[in-house]
Amino acid sequence: MTQILTMVAQRLALGLLTLFVVSLIIFLGVELLPGDLTQAILGQAATEETVAAFRKELKLDLPPHERYIAWLGGILQGDLGHSLANKRAITELMGVRLWNTLFLAFISAVISIPLALGLGILAALYRNTLYDRMVNIFTLSSISFPEFFVAYILILVLAVQLGWFPSISNIGEELGFWERVYRSILPALTLTLVVVAHMMRMTRAAIINLMASPYIEMANLKGLPRARVIVKHALPNALAPIINVVVINLAYLVVGVVIVEVVFVYPGLGQLLIDAVRTRDIPVVQATGLFFAAAYILLNLTADVLSILTNPRLLHPR
Amino acid sequence: MNDDAAITDTPEPLLKMTGLRIEGQADEQWNEIVHGVDVVLHRGEVLGLIGESGAGKSTIGLAAMGYARPGCRLSGGDIVFDGVELRSASENYKRDLRGVRIAYVAQSAAAAFNPAHRLIDQFAEAPVHHGVKSRAEAEADAKDLYRQLQLPYPEQIGYRYPHQVSGGQLQRAMTAMAMSCRPDLIIFDEPTTALDVTTQIEVLAAVKDVVKQFNTAAIYITHDLAVVAQMADRIMVLRYGNLVEEGTADQIINHPKEDYTQRLLAVRTYRKPDADPPSEEPLLRIEDVSASYSGSARVLENIDLEIGRQRTVAVVGESGSGKSTLARVITGLLPPEDGRILFEGEALPPALPQRTREKLRRLQMIYQMPDTALNPRQRLRDIIGRPLTFYLGLTGRKREDRVRELLEMIELEPDDFIDRYPTELSGGQKQRVCIARALAAQPDLIICDEVTSALDQLVAEEILKLLQRLQDELHVSYMFITHDLATVRAISDEIVVMLQGRIVEQGTKNDVLTPPHHDYTDLLLSSVPEMEIGWLDRTLAEREGRRSRGEKVLESADQ
Amino acid sequence: MQDALRLLRSSPWSARFGMFVVLFYVFMATFAPVLTPYGESEIVAAEYEPWSSEFLLGTDNLGRDMLTRLIYGARNTIGIALVTTVLAFLIGSVTGFLAATLGGWTDQAISRVVDILMAIPQLIFALLILTIVGTAIPVLVVVIAVLDSTRVFRLARAVAMNIVVMDYVEVARLRGEGLWWIMRRELLPNALPPLVAEFGLRFCFVFLLLSALSFLGLGIQPPTADWGSMVRDNATLITFGDFTPILPAASIALLTVGVNFIVDWFLHQTAGLKDE
Repeated sequence: MTQILTMVAQRLALGLLTLFVVSLIIFLGVELLPGDLTQAILGQAATEETVAAFRKELKLDLPPHERYIAWLGGILQGDLGHSLANKRAITELMGVRLWNTLFLAFISAVISIPLALGLGILAALYRNTLYDRMVNIFTLSSISFPEFFVAYILILVLAVQLGWFPSISNIGEELGFWERVYRSILPALTLTLVVVAHMMRMTRAAIINLMASPYIEMANLKGLPRARVIVKHALPNALAPIINVVVINLAYLVVGVVIVEVVFVYPGLGQLLIDAVRTRDIPVVQATGLFFAAAYILLNLTADVLSILTNPRLLHPR
Repeated sequence: MNDDAAITDTPEPLLKMTGLRIEGQADEQWNEIVHGVDVVLHRGEVLGLIGESGAGKSTIGLAAMGYARPGCRLSGGDIVFDGVELRSASENYKRDLRGVRIAYVAQSAAAAFNPAHRLIDQFAEAPVHHGVKSRAEAEADAKDLYRQLQLPYPEQIGYRYPHQVSGGQLQRAMTAMAMSCRPDLIIFDEPTTALDVTTQIEVLAAVKDVVKQFNTAAIYITHDLAVVAQMADRIMVLRYGNLVEEGTADQIINHPKEDYTQRLLAVRTYRKPDADPPSEEPLLRIEDVSASYSGSARVLENIDLEIGRQRTVAVVGESGSGKSTLARVITGLLPPEDGRILFEGEALPPALPQRTREKLRRLQMIYQMPDTALNPRQRLRDIIGRPLTFYLGLTGRKREDRVRELLEMIELEPDDFIDRYPTELSGGQKQRVCIARALAAQPDLIICDEVTSALDQLVAEEILKLLQRLQDELHVSYMFITHDLATVRAISDEIVVMLQGRIVEQGTKNDVLTPPHHDYTDLLLSSVPEMEIGWLDRTLAEREGRRSRGEKVLESADQ
Repeated sequence: MQDALRLLRSSPWSARFGMFVVLFYVFMATFAPVLTPYGESEIVAAEYEPWSSEFLLGTDNLGRDMLTRLIYGARNTIGIALVTTVLAFLIGSVTGFLAATLGGWTDQAISRVVDILMAIPQLIFALLILTIVGTAIPVLVVVIAVLDSTRVFRLARAVAMNIVVMDYVEVARLRGEGLWWIMRRELLPNALPPLVAEFGLRFCFVFLLLSALSFLGLGIQPPTADWGSMVRDNATLITFGDFTPILPAASIALLTVGVNFIVDWFLHQTAGLKDE
């Protein structure tokens, strides 16, 4: 048991370290700014005073390590600083959008995970049948599509031609839960289509790999029915790879969300990030970038820890 | 009247396979790999299936359960088990048969046990599922069987997970699992091949004992005639998916008819003639060498060893004895922590990068797996030619001629082979190419690391003879690392016995092989199956006798 | 040569389709100036002209010929993606091979750096860096190549690790061969099949990433014709039920599907019965 705890603790420490380094990279990015960045942002016409004010605003007048500590300290206390574009507190900007983004990712996950696992396992069990070949062609095509291609096709067909769903996901807090779901269907569907393909392929590969193990042959040679072989012998060992597949794809969702939000003008974090990048609103880029990276790292960390916790060899050490 | 008596005297056989044909799939094509073999097995009888790789013995064994591995199919013939034809039987019927009336013991128990479940749960699965026993009965029975199979702590060991138990124990636990429904027939598929000899003898004894006690019929599959001679009542010799010869164990072992069987039997009889030990200074001298892998416990302790010119020194030991580590130390891959290595009286730099090209040239190595020792993307010309260019600076015509000369030396026709890739060679041919590559450097010493263990026995013998011929012609020395005492007897001048990183005994071949031995040498020597019916029983009785007289008898480390 | 022909004849329809698509795109990209009726950024009519015999696919938001830009887009987008992928492969496979061959500290150091780079989602990382250093094409190529080389590194290292443990590599070491020889003669020929397959996959990935950046307005900048930004610039038309803006997106999809079909077949061939 201690062995497992040490391994989990090691992973957690590594995750924290990574997060720390990532925050450093995101922060030092600004440091790499060529000297005339202030001018590039403010334009050639900027006066000495505005440049000085800008530098003060970004705290560029302080030494880098002090600024980093101040920035990190602020984040830890829930203060992300202020936007350069509209001077509002970033915490305030991110608040609602964060929930919107999580809401979208949640709906997509709820649709895609059961669908992908079910279809992927079926493809593995009915390997080399017509169904499996169709699945292969479908998923192979689907992972090749850019997200905005899928999104616009859905808009063209479901929103413009059939008029079933709105093409712009204009959601706000005043809306009821089902109304929000309704307006989020198209972006969620886009994300689902892209993620399901990845997840199905990975699930299929993991199950096929597993079914080739000698202990599965042994279970068959003990005369056990197929269902029992799968539930009793394959599943406990499939847990780790399947968890891995799911979490990797959740992480993928987090990134895919950026483009989908832009297409559907969905008021989420991705939209905020892109707007900030366009206006070079550096504090906002840093904060949202850090959030996305943190979510990604956390999800991968979860996958690592869960796969340790479900490994029988580690659960029952010598 | 006589005919009637004959019929009642020979009851219906338990298993009768006639004209069995099996096909395997390769490159989207089906090729026949078993060409119409007949197998008859009576109740309580043990049938040995023996043959080299590619003989189809495992495939035939599984076919007795009406089962073909993925990528194989049962394409012809009848498989009648207890009056029912299995090839046409329903999946349900076969499922009810498997685990209950026919059980299977796999070669690698470590892989065939599910890592997620305890041993006893896996034991109870078949009897409980098929309704033969209740869970409580099954558990009690498991403990009984564990005891009979001489597993340590029979009451507790079942509650462990597979990875918590050693290889020899797992193999016995798997035999117990196969026994759980008291089947009429058990298929043993090379159950001791992956084990050390001192463990093998114990597993063999335990298996033989339970099979006899419950009067279970068995098909025992192995490539080792000496093992099958201990286990089987009747033996079938197979080659390339055909039957070569069939008979009682006595007929096959003592009066073989076919040439192939005779050659298999003769494999272990080759002996190198004795030679006088040289008086001059040894070629290689290892002085008090100790080594370990970074930070962990010592794997070699205080090794002293000498190898004379044109001598063959065999280093013998089981897995974990440190014999392969010794080779890594000599070649410089693992610099020793203590001690030194002298080559012609001159100290050899401990680490590989410090050694000069000339020093490297004089010490060459040949590996166990010729498959992984040859780069599959290079032609033989380049494989053998590279050391010629690298060490001796040969290029162009000279290099080409020398490569051809070397190919002739290892008995491969140069015109036919020089442009081939390794994948176009058989296992034995690959090993010959490895030998040629080592010889190309014109070395003084060749380290041979288990060079024959991955080869079929007949091929292995050819390789040993080739190595001996080359030594006579070129006066090279060999350090022969092996776990196989037959190889040691065949080729060595001197023997070094290793156990847990130490040398326990060393001397000339005759000194080491004739008693009195060190205890461990004795255990090792007496555990090697001999080509003689009754050897297992005799050896075990002898050990039992010594134990009852209060003498010390070492046990396998795998206990 | 004969083997290659036989292999080609035995290829499934999906792989043949893929090869046809790729050849078609290569043809378009090579002969873009000859095939197009107008100049790449030449304004030839009013904005958003409908399809006509004069402008086969209509005109875009600035009144440039859609078909012309679509064909030039093949040249620009594919060209840049290809250069980026090649660069990513050079960086990734050399470091991967080095890490595997040298092992020890070198391996640890490179691997940890890669772990951290990979801990940040690629698109986000690219966005961050491009905000700071701007979106000139050479910058774009280098940034994406460096980010993508981490995946190549992982694969090259893993493949090389499997080869390095082979006895024939030890033979070469014991012979006294140098690092370069071992990497070039022993590792590379044996690592080639998985690396080639990965090249196809990475190309698709880089291509999609570039298109996504352009679509977000942060990739290839106007007036260079590029499929991602073409979708973005003309997206308004979709709300009027016109699918012309989807054509550049479809062009991207078709090429990646084609490449993926070829890679899938190639992997199937080299893996032999592994997947069966």
